[in-house]
Amino acid sequence: MALRTSPEVGGMGHSIKRKEDPRFIRGRGTYVDDVQLPGMLYLDIVRSPHAHAKIIKIDTAKAMAVPGVLAVITGQDLAKYNLHWMPTLMSDTQMVLPVEKVMYQAQEVAAVLATSRYAAADGAAVVEVDYEPLPVVVDPKKALEPGAPVLRTDKKDKKDNHIWHWEWGDRAATERAIAEADVTVKQDIYIPRIHVASIETCGCIAHFDKVMDKLTVWMTTQAPHAIRTVFALVAGHVGLAEHKIRIISPDIGGGFGGKVPVYPGYVIAVAASVLTGKPVKWIEDRMENLQADSFARDYHITAELAAKKDGTLTALRIKTLADHGYADAAANPSKFPAGLFHVCTGSYDLKAAHVEVDGVYTNKPPGGIAYRCSFRVTEAVHTIERMTDLMAHQLNIDPAEFRLKNFINPEQFPYKSALGWEYDSGNYAGALHKAMDTIGYADLRREQAEKRKRGELMGIGISSFTEIVGAGPSKHFDILGIKMFDSCEIRIHPTGKAIARFGTKSQGQGHETTYAQILAEELGIPAKDIQVEEGDTDTAPYGLGTYASRSTPVAGAAAAIAARKVRDKARKIAAYLLEAAEDDLVWEPGKFSVKGAPGKSKTIQDIAFAAYTNHPQGMEAGLEAVSYYDPPNLTYPFGSYICVVDVDKGTGEVKVRRFVAIDDCGNIINPMIVQGQVHGGLTMGLAPALFEEISYDEIGNIQGGSFIDYLLPTAVETPKWETGHTVTPSPHHPLGAKGVGESATVGAPAAIANAVVDALWHLGVRHIDIPITPAKVWKLLREKGVTE
Amino acid sequence: MLVKLSINGEKHEADVEPRLLLVHMIREVLRLTGTHIGCDTTHCGACTILMDGRPVKSCTMFAVQAQGKALMTVEGLEQNDKLHPLQEGFMAEHGLQCGYCTPGMLMTSYAFLKKYPSPTEDDIRRAISGNLCRCTGYVNIVKSVQYAAAKLRG
Repeated sequence: MALRTSPEVGGMGHSIKRKEDPRFIRGRGTYVDDVQLPGMLYLDIVRSPHAHAKIIKIDTAKAMAVPGVLAVITGQDLAKYNLHWMPTLMSDTQMVLPVEKVMYQAQEVAAVLATSRYAAADGAAVVEVDYEPLPVVVDPKKALEPGAPVLRTDKKDKKDNHIWHWEWGDRAATERAIAEADVTVKQDIYIPRIHVASIETCGCIAHFDKVMDKLTVWMTTQAPHAIRTVFALVAGHVGLAEHKIRIISPDIGGGFGGKVPVYPGYVIAVAASVLTGKPVKWIEDRMENLQADSFARDYHITAELAAKKDGTLTALRIKTLADHGYADAAANPSKFPAGLFHVCTGSYDLKAAHVEVDGVYTNKPPGGIAYRCSFRVTEAVHTIERMTDLMAHQLNIDPAEFRLKNFINPEQFPYKSALGWEYDSGNYAGALHKAMDTIGYADLRREQAEKRKRGELMGIGISSFTEIVGAGPSKHFDILGIKMFDSCEIRIHPTGKAIARFGTKSQGQGHETTYAQILAEELGIPAKDIQVEEGDTDTAPYGLGTYASRSTPVAGAAAAIAARKVRDKARKIAAYLLEAAEDDLVWEPGKFSVKGAPGKSKTIQDIAFAAYTNHPQGMEAGLEAVSYYDPPNLTYPFGSYICVVDVDKGTGEVKVRRFVAIDDCGNIINPMIVQGQVHGGLTMGLAPALFEEISYDEIGNIQGGSFIDYLLPTAVETPKWETGHTVTPSPHHPLGAKGVGESATVGAPAAIANAVVDALWHLGVRHIDIPITPAKVWKLLREKGVTE
Repeated sequence: MLVKLSINGEKHEADVEPRLLLVHMIREVLRLTGTHIGCDTTHCGACTILMDGRPVKSCTMFAVQAQGKALMTVEGLEQNDKLHPLQEGFMAEHGLQCGYCTPGMLMTSYAFLKKYPSPTEDDIRRAISGNLCRCTGYVNIVKSVQYAAAKLRG
């Protein structure tokens, strides 16, 4: 896209430096735990050591004797106000604090309120709880077997652990295509439970002002407006009305989806503040964060892919068990319990597909949120990219050539997928060719062949993913009934500077910079003159928040539309000032000129001043606009990644030697920020591919509940990412942009897994579930007689 | 227990519980909130500060262990309204996103560059391997440190 503005104006395409950075590099950000209010009390939470147990008795006497402890809050206390259960975003229910039994290890059991952080912790340590252990259900397959203990005994008619069945696509056509296929491949794929582990954990300060009858909550939330509504719905019966609730989402230390749900700690803090009239702070520690907050993935998939002899793909069938823990607390649009998993036909022109997903209860923490990806898209991409690779290898066709043969072609867009999505635009072969050229694909294949002769293990893996982001068209997408639009409100001040507020909330993505650039592009007001604010429900327009890469596709579009409304009024004022007809004016970023008389013009700053000082008779003063943007379709960013790995025969360690990522997110707002998003996304793709997993033993003890054994990649394991892009604008987005924050997390794991399997294929290895740890590889190498 | 220490060149004393963590003293008693808490187990490095010039993780030290020491936090990097080259570098090279790990990264890198003014990329990666970042993928953090190293060498 050609630049339309100067670097000083800093519209789209300029790598301007971030407006957020001056405060962060000085340690002057304001994160939740930085807020300290006079008279503030602290909350600490007592958690269950058992994964499933009856609560016999909670003895609070010793805790109440700790100096500084004011109260111990139990489920019984909350039950008096009917606040011991709350709805999840998927219209299931979860406990705030239990009355009868606990359902997972680390579940909240009671909360201690004290005058200091340390006193609260002291109190929590001596709350005595008697439990009677119950049989634990960890494996979702066993959870569905007849005779399995029924976990949700709170639900009167519940006779099993099945939550829901969901299916999509043409079952008969898919069965027929698979039966008629020349070749089929079938594979079980487990995509394990992982955790976003943002470096800032979750927390809040709830402050109920009894005089003003107003609740203010500073909290780590990616969706402050939706949270306000949820609070009003949950606590309306105890007198919390929505206009008396203010949610402030200050600086957020990383979100990645983990800061979308409402956690019990928030609700307990609010209840404690309402009861005491004092500010109450709750900040979870890292172990609480990993052990009890919403997890991602945990999909047990069986996939079958069919093709003709010549390598033309024909059909895909997927069956999946979705382990949701004891409650479905995912944050999916309400019509889609498995999120957008049915984008699983990926980048390929498949004629038939059918997908089934069954949600299951187990004795694990509730959730099923994203891990830096749009609703279940990583699960979809990982499946189709693994299966495509499996088929290519099975047919002995090079995986790049195989993909090129089966891609949806550029002239097929807008493309209707077998599962009903309308892909907006794409040039998949363009991205793959660029990735192959950048990495030197042919040379690498030659090197691999030579190394294989010498007995060295080198693999090359490809992932050509298609994402689906920017939820969403409101006819299909809502959260608890609230339509998934988003918003921007712009006010231009008399001196031509501006403030713009949004319904989203940045957690590091750089909205203060990129939104200002969109407005600079549309209005010609320099980005530095535009202040961007989000995250305060008392001031910002209502929106659904930042997750699923929806900020640019939805709120970014709202910014463009609001700016164009401002421009429409500006044109009228310019016509008045220039004594010309509106139709005779030409706009270029920053000014209107009279056609054929370029010297006769008014800048946006002139016009802004006139809007308050000299506006036409009959026109309202001021220059402002608001847009609630409802996108006509989702956007479909895509890319091709190629990864080269070397596998150590002695230790089983996988080393990512090179990784080339070519992304296409349509038109780019700030290339520097886009590249940064891709770097970060790739690292959060590497993490689950090689390191991260939260697993449980047979009695539900969590493995991976602290940074001691939940391994985030450091700078040493992380490769030097090589990035590039192609540009295929979205035809329906006002700026041609698509969103990029999550593409790399979605696309990277399959490239790495494919590379490792490619390195070991000649030994008979067909699939390895992520994370591909040295132990797993070493065991395979021993089985194949490669290592001792 | 009375703790006397200096932080960013200013002397402070406070009467604290012996078990008070140093990071809580810095953040909640001295109200310097640039130093963050990310894990409680010395793994993430968000709480990294300098103690007598050496980087330490203040979430697993007691305040009383800082008795008589000279501490430096992120708030001490900027001198006379002039940013430290590391701060400039992180801005110039997009070495931060959410900003939460940034103060720890800056302090680790500050001590590292004092000792190793001409590091290789691998040296830098090893030096910051006790500081986790979830946003940037480290590539631009490495570049930020290289920017500062070049500027400090003059």
